[in-house]
Amino acid sequence: MRRPTSWAEALSVRAAAPDLLPIAGGTDVMVELNFDRRRPPGLLDLTRVPELATWTVFDGTVELGAGVTYAQVVADLGDLLPGLATASRTVGSPQIRNRGTVGGNLGSASPAGDAHPPLLAAGAVVELESVHGRRSVPVSEFFIGVKRSVLEPDELIRSVRVPCATGPEQFSKVGTRNAMVIAVASFALRVDPGRRRVGTGIGSAAPTPRTAPEAETFLAREIEAADAWASRDPLPAPVVRRFAELVAAAASPIDDVRGSASYRRHALTVMATRTLGWAWDEYRQGVPA
Amino acid sequence: MGTGPGVLTDPVTTAVRGGVGDSPRRPDGTLKVTGEFAYSSDLWMDGMLWGLTLRSPHAHARVTRIETARALAVPGVFAVLTHEDVPGTNLYGLEIRDQPVLAADRVRYQGEPVALVAAEHPEAARRALDLVEVDFDPLPPVTDARESVHGTSPSLHPGGNVVRHVRIRHGDEHARADVVVTGDYEVGMQDQAFLGPESGLAVPSPDGGVDLYVATQWLHVDRDQVAAALGLAPELVRITLAGVGGAFGAREDLSIQVHACMLALRTRRAVKMVSSREESFFGHVHRHPARMRYEHGATRDGRLVYVKAETILDGGAYASSTPAVVTNAATLGAGPYDVPNVAIDCYGAYTNNPPCGAMRGFGAVQAAFAYESQMDRLAAVVGIDPVEIRIRNALTEGSRIATGQRVDSAAPVAELVRRVRDMPLPPSADGDLRAMPGGVANTTHGEGVRRGVGYAVGLKNVCFSAGFDDYSTARVVLEAVAGEPVVLVHTAAVEVGQGLVTLQAQIARTELGVARVTVATADTQVGGAGSTSASRQSYVTGGAVQAACRQVAEEVRRRAAERSGADPGALDLAGGKVVTRDGVPVADMADLLGDDRVERTVEWRHRPTSPIDPATGQGDAHVQLAFAAHRAVVDVDVELGLSSTGWCATRRSPTT
Repeated sequence: MRRPTSWAEALSVRAAAPDLLPIAGGTDVMVELNFDRRRPPGLLDLTRVPELATWTVFDGTVELGAGVTYAQVVADLGDLLPGLATASRTVGSPQIRNRGTVGGNLGSASPAGDAHPPLLAAGAVVELESVHGRRSVPVSEFFIGVKRSVLEPDELIRSVRVPCATGPEQFSKVGTRNAMVIAVASFALRVDPGRRRVGTGIGSAAPTPRTAPEAETFLAREIEAADAWASRDPLPAPVVRRFAELVAAAASPIDDVRGSASYRRHALTVMATRTLGWAWDEYRQGVPA
Repeated sequence: MGTGPGVLTDPVTTAVRGGVGDSPRRPDGTLKVTGEFAYSSDLWMDGMLWGLTLRSPHAHARVTRIETARALAVPGVFAVLTHEDVPGTNLYGLEIRDQPVLAADRVRYQGEPVALVAAEHPEAARRALDLVEVDFDPLPPVTDARESVHGTSPSLHPGGNVVRHVRIRHGDEHARADVVVTGDYEVGMQDQAFLGPESGLAVPSPDGGVDLYVATQWLHVDRDQVAAALGLAPELVRITLAGVGGAFGAREDLSIQVHACMLALRTRRAVKMVSSREESFFGHVHRHPARMRYEHGATRDGRLVYVKAETILDGGAYASSTPAVVTNAATLGAGPYDVPNVAIDCYGAYTNNPPCGAMRGFGAVQAAFAYESQMDRLAAVVGIDPVEIRIRNALTEGSRIATGQRVDSAAPVAELVRRVRDMPLPPSADGDLRAMPGGVANTTHGEGVRRGVGYAVGLKNVCFSAGFDDYSTARVVLEAVAGEPVVLVHTAAVEVGQGLVTLQAQIARTELGVARVTVATADTQVGGAGSTSASRQSYVTGGAVQAACRQVAEEVRRRAAERSGADPGALDLAGGKVVTRDGVPVADMADLLGDDRVERTVEWRHRPTSPIDPATGQGDAHVQLAFAAHRAVVDVDVELGLSSTGWCATRRSPTT
C-alpha cells in the first residue's frame, strides 16, 4: 500500500508502480478484493491527496476533484449541478455516499455507474494526468468498453470539469428495489437554454455509458424551430414521443439478471418521456437554474 | 440482623421493578446500538487457526477423487480434512440423518461441503482451498420438485424422493358446491439472510472433548449431532452460545459446528470459522419453494363448503426440517376458516436444489399465499368485498381446523380483519419521492401510479406439534451476595434477538420478588431448552423459569415459616423479603439464606399434542394457534413495474 500525500507524489508513485490499483473510497475496489476477483500487487491510496478532495467554480464550470464524495456533491452542488446531485443521492447507502467518489466511479468505468449519465448530459470533460503531462478527455470519449476507459497505466484522474447548469436537469434510475441498488437502466437529461442545447446520458443500457446524440439534436432543433427557448411554450406530444424513441434507440442493452433488453428500452422510453416533461415544465415556470 | 422489628414491620407494597409487565432495558441493548456487542464472528483466541470450507460447484455429481497433498504443502496450513477424517457418523440432520458432514462419493447440491482447511491465516487457508483437487463427474440435476414427487426423476436418497406426504381428509372428500374457484400458485425460494454470518470457535480440551462457541438456535440438538459426527460422548461436546446476529430458522441446522470441531480436534488448536456473506447463502437452509393447486367450493353467498389442495414443497438436497414444514403446510392449509370439508395432500420433495428448512412461518406462509389468493378470487366471483368474505368464513373459538382439532382458546380472526380494515389509509405520496414507487431514484412524480390494497389472514401453530416431546429446562439459584438476595437463571434457551434474556429475568423478579437477577449464558451444561423457533421460548422456557422459581419460592417460604411459625401458604416473596399476605415482612431473604443457597432445576412441558392420523391427517396436533391479519397498501407504477415500499398494518392474537 502506497499512501502519497500530494498530487505530485501520487503521480510519481503511479509512474513508478503502474500495477498498483488506485483506491479512493474503496466502494468498488474493496468489494473486488473481498470477493477475490482481483489480486493487485498493491494499492495506491489516494485518500490523503488534498488536491483531489475539493471542488471549485471558475468561468461557469465546476472543477470537481476526483476524490469528492457523493455526499459532498449532494450537500454542495444541488444548485450548480442538479442532475449530478440527484444521481449522487441514489448511490448506495449514506455510508457508501460518504466514502464513494465521482472520480472512483469514472475509474471503475462501470456501464451502470450512477455519476456517468449526468456527466454525459452535461458535456463534462475528464482531466487525466501523469508525470508526462495533462490531457482533457470529453466524458463521452472516456469509456471504451465494459469497465474500461482511456486511462493509461501511468495516469490518474485529477478531476472532472462540468459546465454549470443553465436550466433544468433531471436524473432517473430504475432499479430492482427503491434504494441501495445498481441501475437496471438510468437516464440523465440537461435542458441547456444557456447553450441552446439538450444533453442526454444513458446508463446501464449499453457496454458503456453513452449519450443519445440523435435525440439531443432532434429536440434542440424542434425547440429552435418552434422558438420555444424564448416562448417556453409546451412541447408537442409527438416531439416528446419522438425524443423518447430516439433515446431508447440509442441504447444497445442486453438481457441480464437485472432486466431484459426490451425492458431496458421500454424503461428508457418512459424515463425520457417523464424527465423531459418535468424538465420542460420547470423551464416553463422559469425557475432559475 | 434484619429481623429486628424496626426493619421488618413496614409493609412491603411496591413490587420489584423490572418484573413482568414492566419494560426493562435489554442487557445487550446498549452494547448492540453502540456496536460493542460481541457476535460469534468476533470470537478470538490467541494462537487460533482459521478454518475454511471447500464447497461443491456442482448441483449433482459423483466425487471420484480428492487429493489434498498440494493444499497441505501451503505454508501455515495445519490440516486439510475430507470425509475420510470424519471421526464418527458422516451423517447428520434435524429430523432425518441424511446429510454428510463432508461429501464422500456424491454431492447433491451446489455448495455442499467437500473438504476443510485450517491455517494460521485466512489468506493461507484460501490459497490451500484452491489447491485441494477434487474430481467431479457431473450428473444431471433433479430440479423439478413435482417430477421428483411423481417418481419420474432418479432417486437421490435410498428411500426415494418423497421426504414426507401428509394427507388430510376432513369431512366429505367429495363435497360439491355452487361456486368453485381454482388456482395454481407458486412461491419462490426465500432466504433468512441474518446479518451475522455462520461463525464459531472450537477449542479442543485436554479430556479429548471440545468446547464450541457458536451462534445457533438449539444447543442440545447441535450437541447431539456434533457428538455423533465426532464419535464422542455427548458430555465431551460442550456448546456455549455466542452472540447471535439473527436466526429466523436458518440456524436450526448445523453449519460450521462439526467442521470447526473436526479441525480443532485434529490440530489441537482453537479454530475459528466465519462464513463470508456470499458463502452464508450456501451454508444454511432456505424457505421451501412451493407449488400449490387449490380448489375452493362455496355457497353463492360466499360460505366455504370445501377446500381441496395439492402442495409440493421443494426440500432440496437434504431433509432438514422438511417433514415438519410439510405437516404445517398441510394441517394449516385451509387457513383460519371454518371449512366443513377439507382434502389436502402435501408433499416434501428431495431435489438437487439448495436444501430448505426452517424459516419464519415454517410452511404456514406458503399455504397462506395460496389460500388467501383463493379467498380474493372467491370474493370476486361471489361479488362481495375481500374483507367481508374473510369475516363471513372466519374461524372462531369452538371451530375445528382441517385436522379436526377444536380451537379451544380465543380465535378473534374476524375482529383482527375488521381492525386492520378500520385503520386509516396511508396518505398518497404527494410530492415526497421517498414514498413514491422508485423512491429517490426519481422514476415518477405520480405518472403511472395506481394504488392497491390487499388483505390477508393467517394462522400458525405455537410450540412444537404432532406429539413431539416439547420441553425446556431451567435451573434457578437463589443466594445472598453482600447481604442482598441474588437470583441466577440458567437455561439452554437461545437468545436470537427476541428478548428472551430480558424475559427470563422479568419472570424471576416477579416470581421471587428479587431485583438482582443474572441470566447465565446459555450452554449445554444445563438440560435442554428446545429450539428458539415456533414462537415457543416465551411459552416453554418462560414456563420452565417460572416453575423453577416457584419451587425455589416454596423452599424459601418453608424456611421462613419454620423460623417464624407462620403458615407457609400464607407467605409471599416481595422486595427481597418474605411477607405475609398483608405485605408485612416476616423475614429478610438474604438473612434467611445466610451462606446457603436454594437451587432448583425444573423440566417443563406444555400440554401434550398428538401425532396426526397417517390416513386422514386428523388429530389434536397443535398446542395453540396464533392468528394474524394484514392490510398492505402498495402504490405501483404500472408503466415501469416499480412499487412503493408499501404500508403494512398488522394485528395478531395472541399479542406477544
